[in-house]
Amino acid sequence: MKTKKVEQGTLLVLLLMAVIYPFLSDRYMLSVGISVLLMALLGQSWNIMSGYAGQFSFGHAAFFGLGAYASSILYVDHGVSPWIGMIAGMAVAALVGVLIGFLSFRYKLRGDFFALVTLAFAEILRVLFNNTKALKAATGILIPYKDVWSEFQFANDRIFYFILLAMVIAATIFIGLMSRRKFGVCLIAIKENQEAAGSLGVPVLKYKLLAMAISAAIAAMAGTFYAQYYGFIDPTVVFSAAISVEAIVPCIIGGAGTLGGPLLGALIIVPLKELSNNLFEGVNGVNMIIYGVLIVLFVVFCRDGIYGTVIRRLKGARS
Amino acid sequence: METLKVIDVCKSFQGNVAVDHASLDVKEGEITGLIGANGAGKTTLFNCISGYYHATSGKVIYKDQEVQHKTAEKLCHMGMARTFQIAKPFGMLSVLDNVAVGGYNKANSRTQAYEFAEQSLDLVGLIDKKENLAQLLNTGEQRKLELARALATQPEVLLLDEVMAGLTPTESREMVELIDKINKTGITILMIEHIMPVIMKLSHYIYVMERGKMIAEGIPVEVANNPKVIESYLGKGLEVE
Repeated sequence: MKTKKVEQGTLLVLLLMAVIYPFLSDRYMLSVGISVLLMALLGQSWNIMSGYAGQFSFGHAAFFGLGAYASSILYVDHGVSPWIGMIAGMAVAALVGVLIGFLSFRYKLRGDFFALVTLAFAEILRVLFNNTKALKAATGILIPYKDVWSEFQFANDRIFYFILLAMVIAATIFIGLMSRRKFGVCLIAIKENQEAAGSLGVPVLKYKLLAMAISAAIAAMAGTFYAQYYGFIDPTVVFSAAISVEAIVPCIIGGAGTLGGPLLGALIIVPLKELSNNLFEGVNGVNMIIYGVLIVLFVVFCRDGIYGTVIRRLKGARS
Repeated sequence: METLKVIDVCKSFQGNVAVDHASLDVKEGEITGLIGANGAGKTTLFNCISGYYHATSGKVIYKDQEVQHKTAEKLCHMGMARTFQIAKPFGMLSVLDNVAVGGYNKANSRTQAYEFAEQSLDLVGLIDKKENLAQLLNTGEQRKLELARALATQPEVLLLDEVMAGLTPTESREMVELIDKINKTGITILMIEHIMPVIMKLSHYIYVMERGKMIAEGIPVEVANNPKVIESYLGKGLEVE
């Protein structure tokens, strides 16, 4: 009960901060806020499949990139509204997620091996998109600018911010509801012990694939947002390992398999990244060094992440 | 009537034969015991029955259907539940949630799943700990949790793999009573056990395995006096001239 109150309290505070923030910030600060939310959304996506269901993914860029490309190609080449393109991208990513999952689980890949397969798929997609003319190859896609809401474009960045916030809230509410119901409880059971879960009648394969599909769809949603907000995508960006890392880091820092962990993680990481980029101007990849150091520190000293550790303590778990 | 029949099951791992043409019958409503020394292949046979492994050859008949190719999940839906020799609690879930995972097997709603969970926790005597995290339970409690989870799936046949292992004498006495109570509610039981007094007291019929083969079977008294069984457990008698 105490745990529940603390969780609700934390989330409420985060929500209030998120709502007030854009009114207190200039253009630059607003863009930092959007980066936080984008990472939070990617984090929540990773959280479902890897945090709750325990199927570790190193390749969430695959789903992110598919989302970005699906909506952008439909928009630029066929004039389909990116809102509809987003749905299409989510469907494509979910299908690819199920395919990757089915192939991996069919051959009984687990843990590190499964993670490597996801990494490989993201890389395959990157190379494929980079070399396929029909997909614009390495030139990427420039989204023509128009201030029309029906085409997912806004002159005012605050509107982008609130749309993204709505997506993060939706993903978080989904996870919150899921975690108390059959699906969520069974996912945790699968993560803790797949054999025991199966012998209690849990449809292990079905649930793992479902978790992958949902997770992939949310990552694709983040991808479409990225394309519309930044206005340009190319394979080396949206299918990059950096994106996959950005899905993992907030969960590791905040706490994988918890409702608020990825949110808190993103809130810590992005300002840190901005700060380091300003401090070490002109040096590329400083943020990656910071991610690396943080991941090592957290994995060694704080495995459950900040939020996760607090929740564990409250539940009285062994550390 | 036999609910479960194992016919000529073999299981080998890359040529290493663990179960060698083993057969057994489990009669409805009874407690059937399976005993044998360490490494005799009892757990492997169990795994073949419960869908955790698939037998290399032979048949498993459950409710008049061949089930040797079915998965553990499917068998659980058909009313066959099992416990593991090493308890496998879902540590970060509460005791109640642990059991509810089993409850969802036959439940139509969340409420019903938790009702099933509470009933089985009540039966095994863990209801007071339902809010605890499963990882905080001691060995004895973890065994009871394992049992409660299996019971929450509303099984007709329950396979118990050494539920007494690691229990204190008091806890084992409680466990014996509990198994008897579960059996009296109409659940058929097949159990592996090392502790002879326990298996002798509880079982209606006993099978003895040695090196993957069934070497003896019968009612407890017959088995206890069977020279082959004594030899398997104690070794050959010393021949003194």
